[in-house]
Amino acid sequence: MLRGLWELTWLETKIFLREPLGAIGTVVIPVVVFLLVGRAIGRSAPASPGATAFLRDGLPVLASLFIAINAVLSLVTIISIYREGGILKRLRATPLRPQTILTAHVLVKLLFTAVTLTLMMLAGRRYFAAGPDVPVIAFGIALLASTLAILSMGFVIASVVPTARFAQPIGAVIFYPMVVLSGLFVPLDIMPQWLRMLARLLPFTYVVSLLQGIWTGGSWSAHVGDLAALAVVCVVCTALSARVFRWE
Amino acid sequence: MAVVHVAGVRKTYGRTVAVDEVSFDVQEGEIFGLIGPNGAGKTTTMECVEGLRKPDRGTISVLGLDPFRDVYQLQDRIGVQLQQAHLQKRIKVWEAVHLWASLYRKPIGDGDVLLEQLGLADKRNAWFMTLSGGQQQRLFIALALINDPHVVFLDELTTGLDPQSRRAIWELVRGIRARGKTVFMTTHLMEEAERLCDRVAIIEHGRIIDADTPQGLVDRHCPERSVVLVTGDPLAEERFRALPHVDEVLRADAQFTIRGRGDGFVTAVIQCLAEHQIRVSDFRTVLPSLEDVFLKLTGHSIRD
Repeated sequence: MLRGLWELTWLETKIFLREPLGAIGTVVIPVVVFLLVGRAIGRSAPASPGATAFLRDGLPVLASLFIAINAVLSLVTIISIYREGGILKRLRATPLRPQTILTAHVLVKLLFTAVTLTLMMLAGRRYFAAGPDVPVIAFGIALLASTLAILSMGFVIASVVPTARFAQPIGAVIFYPMVVLSGLFVPLDIMPQWLRMLARLLPFTYVVSLLQGIWTGGSWSAHVGDLAALAVVCVVCTALSARVFRWE
Repeated sequence: MAVVHVAGVRKTYGRTVAVDEVSFDVQEGEIFGLIGPNGAGKTTTMECVEGLRKPDRGTISVLGLDPFRDVYQLQDRIGVQLQQAHLQKRIKVWEAVHLWASLYRKPIGDGDVLLEQLGLADKRNAWFMTLSGGQQQRLFIALALINDPHVVFLDELTTGLDPQSRRAIWELVRGIRARGKTVFMTTHLMEEAERLCDRVAIIEHGRIIDADTPQGLVDRHCPERSVVLVTGDPLAEERFRALPHVDEVLRADAQFTIRGRGDGFVTAVIQCLAEHQIRVSDFRTVLPSLEDVFLKLTGHSIRD
């Protein structure tokens, strides 16, 4: 089952780095934007408690979430391009298992997400005060769980987008409104009743709740519900894309 | 021994019947061609045999395996070149060969030797996107041979290539047969089938119309021969009409087209010319080809 997985993962990593905007787009730009936003807020309102709280708790979660979403959108695009070009089909006409092909892409995306986040964390420590006692490992695990859930949604999108050209925009149109309603910008408590109901149905609400909770030192036991919701998303979306995924 | 056995295969996409009641065998060591126009069902048939599609009905066995059920076992023993496939734009030639070699149980020793044989040695470090059409096809042939397969499947191998690359590829395919491998190919180019295939099956609208050696098909369906000659002899037309086995004599000024049938027909024309001392300024015979067989069997040209 794993035959070829490492070869393919390593190869796809190299190929991704050869893309004109590969490394710069996924790693450098997010880190730079993160730093610029952080410093701008820090400078404009140095003493405001709101700004400090956002820098400490909001921005890191927001940034991590966007990196995860970008990774998934990039995966959706690559899968669509590979399908359109017959690359998926060609890889499939080998002893490679279909799941190996897709797993390799997931691993590449996780790798780049991890690199970006690590750089961001280091840069954040250096240039402005991220929380001094952030549970980095726990947050990493929470983010991994979130990313896997987002990835599974990404695969559903990748299964059904008609052409590669639409992959990125369709993914963005689906993901970003969910983020807006996730409670990250507007707390769920002050939303109107109907909007809160809607937010409860969206996977990102649980992602944000989990990430924010763990980042601010919350315990895992307080977030069992979030994890369960993400697990359901993962299972449902994986089962769905296994049924509707098109190789050509 | 039949390496590929196909019996009564049917495959539909929605309400479209792609192939129906398709049956044929591919024998060990031969180049077998499935020929027909685009959309006739060639690729669908081949992809069912390769295990990439599941037929709705019928049985297929390849090297004694069920292609759909034993697909991974099968993939290990066959080589595949797909129609209109691509690789990652920025994958290097040697990387593709290396990846493919890592996927099979028994890859042939060195991919570099294969690249050398296929004339790709100096493109080792080139990205796939920078290769010409012919080079891409040669790379796909290399990938199809990397596991030293028993059977090689080639789908529309030379479509879109210039005549020179096409000829070079034909040589390569003959080379594959010379190594004792079985080749199963599809093409809509009748010339390609005629020059390359030991046996062909003609497929149209998803059904196989006939199968035989190219010469066998021509002899069976198109026994006609034509002689085209130019002469100013005023009595020539009359004499040609008197020949045995002549179907018709067409005349355009001094050029005659004499149609007849059978092996003795051309000899009869030559004897007639000699006997009556008819002076000709041009003389050629036109033999029917697979193209004519196709026209005869389907009522239209393969290019339509």
